[in-house]
Order: sequence, then structure tokens, then C-alpha cells
Amino acid sequence: MLNTFIVYVENKPGVLTRVASLFRRRAFNIDSLAVGRTEKAEVSRMTITVDADADQARRIEANLYKLVNVLLVENITHEPAIIRDLAMIKVAATHEARSHVLELAKVFRARVVDVAPESLILEITGTEDKIDGLLEVLRPYGVLEMVRTGLVAMRRGTKTATAAAGAFDGLAPVSEVAEVAAEDDVSYSV
Amino acid sequence: MKKTGAQILWKCLEREGVKHVFGYPGGAILPAYDALQHSSIHHVLVRHEQGATHMADGYARASGQVGVAIATSGPGATNMVTGIATAMMDSSPIVCITGQVGSKLIGSDAFQETDITGITLPITKHNYLVTRPDELARTLREAFYVARSGRPGPVLVDITKDAQQAACEFDWESAKPKLPGYRPNLSPVAGEYAHALELIRNAKRPVILAGHGVIVSGAVRELRELSDHAGIPVALTLLGLGAFPASHPLNLGMMGMHGEAWVNHTIQEADLLIALGMRFDDRVTGNLKTYAPNAKKIHIEIDPAEINKLVKVDVALVGDLREVLKELLPRIESLDRSEWLDHIDQLKGDSAVRDIQNLPDNGHLYAAHVISDLWRETRGSNTVVVTDVGQHQMWEAQYYKHEEPRSLITSGGLGTMGFALPAAIGAKVARPEAEVWAVVGDGGFQMTMCELATLVQEKLKINIAIINNGYLGMVRQWQEFFYDRNYAATPLLNPCFTKLAEAYGIRAAVVSERPQTVPAVQAAREHDGPVLLDFVVEQEDTVYPMVAAGAGLHEMIRRPSPIVETALDD
Repeated sequence: MLNTFIVYVENKPGVLTRVASLFRRRAFNIDSLAVGRTEKAEVSRMTITVDADADQARRIEANLYKLVNVLLVENITHEPAIIRDLAMIKVAATHEARSHVLELAKVFRARVVDVAPESLILEITGTEDKIDGLLEVLRPYGVLEMVRTGLVAMRRGTKTATAAAGAFDGLAPVSEVAEVAAEDDVSYSV
Repeated sequence: MKKTGAQILWKCLEREGVKHVFGYPGGAILPAYDALQHSSIHHVLVRHEQGATHMADGYARASGQVGVAIATSGPGATNMVTGIATAMMDSSPIVCITGQVGSKLIGSDAFQETDITGITLPITKHNYLVTRPDELARTLREAFYVARSGRPGPVLVDITKDAQQAACEFDWESAKPKLPGYRPNLSPVAGEYAHALELIRNAKRPVILAGHGVIVSGAVRELRELSDHAGIPVALTLLGLGAFPASHPLNLGMMGMHGEAWVNHTIQEADLLIALGMRFDDRVTGNLKTYAPNAKKIHIEIDPAEINKLVKVDVALVGDLREVLKELLPRIESLDRSEWLDHIDQLKGDSAVRDIQNLPDNGHLYAAHVISDLWRETRGSNTVVVTDVGQHQMWEAQYYKHEEPRSLITSGGLGTMGFALPAAIGAKVARPEAEVWAVVGDGGFQMTMCELATLVQEKLKINIAIINNGYLGMVRQWQEFFYDRNYAATPLLNPCFTKLAEAYGIRAAVVSERPQTVPAVQAAREHDGPVLLDFVVEQEDTVYPMVAAGAGLHEMIRRPSPIVETALDD
């Protein structure tokens, strides 16, 4: 099944390569990966979806934690979460077809972001299914080009993983982290 | 006061307690070598950078301290790859320092430029590219901390030439490591302990599987207490040999592909496996589908990524093995397990009779005899045996009875031929008071024999025993069993090893008959310089027993009984 991970990493050169290399090295196939900044300058956030069973998902999490630059890993597959993909679709829209395409865009709540004599660009945000649905109905008109960002995800509700785990309080010298760990060991259960 | 990056490098190594480094100079690391003159650190000049990494590895395994290897950019760095991968697979703490072309030249395909951080990404625990001198102190402190903490491993620090040359303020104290995501200190929760204790209490046929982690975490005494108190027998992995005394009545010996039949049968019949600091390598389990089918499994391991990787376990206690065992020990009940232990005794059956050691001298020299005699002569003294990879490695594991941790150093996970000689040099540098023997095949020896010069230049007393059968013996054995005796590319035309040794000023002798073995070993031990012994052994000898790759652990190819018949005929 598809698992969705949120991975917080240090915002340093080469960290994306380390994460991608890990998936390649352990033969886990990434379905989608999106990286961007977060509310903290030193932290980047990745949303990774990967096809894995429960055991594999646990091992992916454990292996991600072995990367020194990884701050926090959350598997939100079974958590209430908002998961979104963004697509821009350039669709052929001649004079006759244009009103049909615009009608479909309206139904799917896609925005028209570019109008040219022979084409339109639609921007749509939503779940993968919704975007796939729009694509399906646009195909007969001629999809000229498409780009998708990959999935990004966030838990519902006020609970923030980063605050809960105190993950970024840890952006302190490691000697302090080590001391804390020695007194109050982080627990791990399988 | 301002210091150059090169000066900071040595100062940091000194502050980390480094006494020796193993290296080879070159263009991009020259500023560092120039600054070496002002350091108290002893530099061992190797003959190939692969040797430097194996020496650092041998140093680390013999002492438990971080080993350090240094090389230049490009080919110097790429030559380190095999040694780094070896250290990674066997969780050995080494720090590799490489020079890199100037930061402004990176990406331009400059002379001797290579992307060594990219190349070593999957075979290091972590690595760094340093382009400014003010990043150096913190990076090196992090590198040593990461290498030695948690599950140890290799860390590479690539330093550009301009970062070595430029100067900045150096302040060790304020350059504290900053590793917010690094959590080496995990520990189990209470419920997991309770579950493990319950499984141990209820087990009728338990067996402990002890691996390298026992030695790395310093849990040798705790393992012994656990085994003694609970009356549970101990099987060892190759890298676990020495973690539990071979002479202990509850010691079963090595498990796995070339483990004795009774060890593997014990595991297959067990109702509980207590796996300590081991990772269920395929050489240990055989076919996973038929592995210990009736056993519950407890896995005590520092690396969460090893849990349920190959063998699904009932309880995992993730944490430092010694700490976990100290928590468990007071709550372990002493139970009478004599029925199970008697049964294991019966499993031994006729194994002893089939043992090649019981074969009378028939004029042939067998490797098993050589190893066995070497053990008899050196036991009780502070001896470190460093082996290469192949048949001789398995015979060493079978016939050399290791009583102490860190008395066997061998490349397990990666199986790196050429490991023994340089690793023995590293071990001797780390423990000069120890008697160090490199036991090596005629194939593997020739992969890194250039390091004979290093050992002479460093005036090290190391004894080398070449188990010379004129073949790549283990490969030949596989060809014999599985490729219809088609000995493709395994016969070796060897140089005269004694003349070769003499060219380096090393005393050498050929041994081809059994009665010569003990005197040769004695003479080597008495000589105050290095000695090379070329043991010309039976050419087509085979390591028994053997679990073929993919076969179940109980499906062993046993020692053939004709050995016994020959013995009786004589």
C-alpha cells in the first residue's frame, strides 16, 4: 500500500541526495517526493509517498533516522491528514472546444492561469484522484503538457508533530542533546 | 591565535586522542602533510590507500578506539572505497580524511578531482565536505562522535585544499558538535523487558546467538553472567568469536554456513533465540523460510533498522546491548536446563571423530593442522589473529579457540580479500604488547602484500602465516560442489613467498610437513623481527561442514566419513 511520510531534515546541501540514495540503496521505490522550506529556516520538509507493507514502512522510518541530517520522521498513512497535489495542465482549446473546457474546469474547481489562442493552462490543487479525474475528461480535447508537484501532506487539527516531539528544540549543540538523551532516553518500540 | 586549516586538522585529531594515523600524501592533502611536522601524532606511511583504511580498521577493532586514515583527492580517495565499505559492514569506527581540490575548482573536473562524498554516501555512516577552515573543528568533532557512538561506522571528511591553507581563529571548546537529528542512545520501554523476560522464563530449549555487538558494546561480562545464570548455551557469529570463551562449557562455537553441525541443529531445534548484537546475516541463517521454525525470537540490538529486516522477531529491545543486559540480568531466573544441554551433547554425535584433527599424519599438511598447532602454541598469551577471507578464515574460526574479545580480527560482512596484512599492521600499532599473527591465503595475500614494506618501515613484529594451497580455495570449493569441478580461474601461479619476504628483509620459511609446523611457529615467535611462514598445504582440501547458499541451516554437507576410514586403515 502507499505510505505517506513527512520527513523533516536539516536544510543543508546534499541532504536530498542522502534521502534519495537511501531509498535507492534499500530498493524502496519512491512514488512521489516533494521538498520545500518550513516555518524554520534551518529545516526543510519532505513529503514522500512510497509503496510498502507495514514492516517495510517501519524499516524505512528506521533507516531514515539513521541519516544524521534527518530530524523527524512521521508516517501519517493512518492519520487524519490533508494530502494535496498541484498540477498545471496545458490543454488544446480551439474556438469550438473552449467553452467545454472552461465548463469542466469550473466543475473541478480548476483555475485558468493562461489563455492563448489555441490553448489554456489550468491549475488544479487536490488529491491525486481529483487531478486524475480532470485529466481523464480533458484528454479528448488534447493535453499538450502537464506538470505535477507531487504530494504534500499535513496532519489535521492543532497537533503539530514538530512541537510534540520537540524535534527542533534539538537544534542545539549535540553535547547537550547527548546529555539529555543519557538522562531521559528516547524510547523506541517496534 | 589564528591557525591554518591544516594546523587545525592536527590539533583536532590530538584533542580527539589520536596517536597514530595511516596515510599516503598527494597534491590536495599536501598542506596537511606540511603541518604534520608540528604535531605529536605518529604517521604510518602505507603503500596503498586501501591499506590505510584497513589499518585504521584493524586499529579500531583491536583497541575499540577510532582509527584514522588519510589520503589525497581523486585516486587516493577512491582507493579507500573498499576499506570504507569493509568498516561499514562490520560497524568499525574509522575516520577517513581526504584532500579535495580547491573549493573554486569543484565541479570543473580539475586534476585529481573526484566526488568522494558522493561515491562514499552509501558506504559511510556519514560524510562531510569542508570548504572553509572555520568549519573544520566542529566537523571533525562531529565525525569522531558519529564514528564511535551508537552503532559505530566509518565517517569521511573531505577537505578542500584552500580550506587547509586558509587561516581562522581556532577554538576547540566552542566548536561543539551540532547534530540535532542524531540519536544514538535509544533504550527499550518497560513492557518490552517484561515480554522478553517472560519468553526466557518459559523457554525449554533456548539458545543465545552472540554477535559483534557484544564486543563493540563491551558486554562480554554481562553475556557470561546471562549464560551462566540462566544456563543457556551460546552460539557465536564469525565476528562474535571471542565474545564468549571457547573453553566455556556452554559455548557451542560458531554458527552458520561453516558452523559445526550440532550448533546449527541446536538453533533449528530451539524454542527461543536470544539474538545479541547480531543481524541475522544470510551466512548465519541459511534459508530464512526454514530458519529456527519453532523458536520465539528476542532481538537485542542498537540499530532499529536491523529489527525485522530479515527475521521477524517477537520482542525487540533496541538499545546499547550492555545497558539492556544490565537491566535484564537481575530479573533473570536460574532454571535447570540440563535436559536441553544433554540433548545438545548428543547432537555432537560423531562430529569429533570426523574432525580432521584426529587424522594421523599421512604425509599431507592440512590447514586445520596448521591453525590448530598455531592455537596450541600461542594460547594463553596476548595474541591477536587477523585473518583474510576464504577457506583459511573459516578454518581459523573453527580451529583457533578464542577466549578473549578482540583476539580475532576479520572481514565478515564485506568479505574483503587483502584485509589481513594491513589490518594486522593496524592491530599491532594499536596494541604493541600483543602478539599479532596475520593468517592469510595465498590469493588474498597478493592483493595487499605491498604493505610488507610498511611493516618493515615501521619495525613492527608481526608474524605472517600464508595458508598456501595454490588455489583461490573457497571459490575452488564452490566450483567443486556447485560447478561440476570446473576450476575456472582459480589455480594460482604464485611467486616464491620466502624470496619475496627476504627482498623486504623479512625472515621467511617454507613449511610443508606436519612435524615442521610447531618448530616453525616457535622459531617465528622467538625471532624479534617479522617472520613469514609459507605453509604449503593440501591443495584440494575442503571446509566442512557447509550449508550451501540458499539451503536450510539443518541441511549441511557433513565432513565425509572417508576421513575416519582412512584414519582407521592407517
